[in-house]
Amino acid sequence: MIRTAAAILRKDLAIELRTKESVPAMTLFTVVVFVLFHFGLDRDSLDGELASGVLWVTLLLAAVIGVSRLFATEREQGGLDGLLLAPVDRTALWLAKATALFLYLTVLELVAVPAFAVLMLGPDLLPALPVLIPVLLLANVGLAAIGALVSALAVETRARELIVPLLLLPLVVPLLIASASVTEPVLRGSQQAEDLGRWLGLLSLYDVVFVLIAIAVFDFLLDD
Amino acid sequence: MYSKGLKPVSIATVVVVAIWLAMVFFYAPLDADQGFVQKIFYVHVPLAIVALCGFVAGGIFGLLHLRSRDRSYDMKSYVAIHMSIIFGCVVLITGAIWAKAAWGHWWVWDEPVLVSFLVVFLLYCVYYPLRFSIEDPDRQARYSSVFAIAAGAFVPINFAAVRMAESFTHPRVLSQTGGSMPGEMRLTFFVGILAVTLLFVTLWKFEMTSKNASMQLKRLRRRLEATA
Repeated sequence: MIRTAAAILRKDLAIELRTKESVPAMTLFTVVVFVLFHFGLDRDSLDGELASGVLWVTLLLAAVIGVSRLFATEREQGGLDGLLLAPVDRTALWLAKATALFLYLTVLELVAVPAFAVLMLGPDLLPALPVLIPVLLLANVGLAAIGALVSALAVETRARELIVPLLLLPLVVPLLIASASVTEPVLRGSQQAEDLGRWLGLLSLYDVVFVLIAIAVFDFLLDD
Repeated sequence: MYSKGLKPVSIATVVVVAIWLAMVFFYAPLDADQGFVQKIFYVHVPLAIVALCGFVAGGIFGLLHLRSRDRSYDMKSYVAIHMSIIFGCVVLITGAIWAKAAWGHWWVWDEPVLVSFLVVFLLYCVYYPLRFSIEDPDRQARYSSVFAIAAGAFVPINFAAVRMAESFTHPRVLSQTGGSMPGEMRLTFFVGILAVTLLFVTLWKFEMTSKNASMQLKRLRRRLEATA
C-alpha cells in the first residue's frame, strides 16, 4: 500500500512541479490576504491575538484552495477513472493525497510565515519559532487528513467549488482554536506559551481522530 | 412499515408534551435571580441535547448503511439529521432569547455550549447542498453517510475545543444543569428531555412513513406505466 501511495504521490508532485498550479496560487493568495488585512484593519503591525488570528485564518483560507484543487487534475482529465480501474487500495489514494496536501501546506508556510513576519508582525519572529513550528506541523497533519477526505467528498458533487469551503471551514474550527490560542502569546513577544501541552494535546487528538476516520470511511467514496 | 406503532407513540408524545409544558409553567419554581425568563431553560436545553443526539444518531445510521449497504439506513440517517437541523434552529433562537433576557445581549461568545452548537449547526447545514448535488442515488447515499459519520465524530471534539478555549477566563457557566438544581427543577428538566425525545421520535417516524409511502407510490406508478 505504501508503494502504491508513493507512486500516486510522485505523480501528483510531478504534475505540481510542471504545472505549478496549487502552491503558487495558495502562496499568492496568502500575501494578497495579508495586504487586505493591512488595509482592512488599518494597522502597520500586529501582535498577540490579532496577529495569530490573521495568520491562522489566512492559512486556513489558503488551505481551502489547495483542497479544492486536490482532485482537480483527476477530474478534468478523466484520470480518476484510471485510478479507480487500477486494482489499488483506496486508502493508498487517500494517503497519497493527504501527503501531497501536507507538503503543499508546508511549502506554503515556508513562504507565508516569513512574509507575514515581514509585512505585518510587530515583534521578532525568531523567538516564536520553537513554538510555531510544531504547531504548524500538527495543524498541517490534521488539515491534510480532513482536507483529502473533504476533497473526495466534494469531487462528485455538482457544486464542488461551493461545497469545499462550506464543509472544510466548520470542520477546522477546533484546529483554529487550538493553533491560534497557542501562538497568541509567542506572537506577542513573550517567550513562554500558555498551556502549551494542553493545546498540543488537543491538536494531536484532532489529528489522530480524523486520520482514523478518514482511513475508515475513505473506502466508501470513489467506489464505483 | 414505519407506520407501525405511530398512533400510540403520537398519543404518548401529546400527553408527555402537555405534562411537560404544564410542569414548566405551574410546577417548576421561579428562579431566584432570573425569574420567569429562566423557564426557557426547560425548552432550550432538552432541545439542544436531543438535537445533538439526533446528529450522532445520523452518524450511527450512516455507519450501519456503509456496513450493510441497506439504503433504508441512509434514509433514516437523512431524516434524523433533517429533524436535528429543525430542532437546532429552535435551539439557536431560544438560546438567543435567553441570552438577551439573562445577559442583555442576543449573542454571547463566552458561552461555550452555545458557540459549539453554532459551529456544529453550520457544519450540518452543508449536508443539504452536499446530498442534493449528487445525482446518482447510490452514490448520494454513500457520500451522505460518510459525511454523517465524519460530522458525528466532529461533534464531541468541537465541544471539547470550544470548552477549552473558554475555560481560561470563565468557569462553567451552565452549572445549573449539574447537581445544584433543586428537585422540582430537575424533575421538570428530565420530563422535558423525555418529552422532546418523544417528539423527535414521533416526527422522525412520521417523516419516514411519508418518505416510504411516496417511494412506494413512485414504484407502483412506474410498474403501472410499464404494464400499460
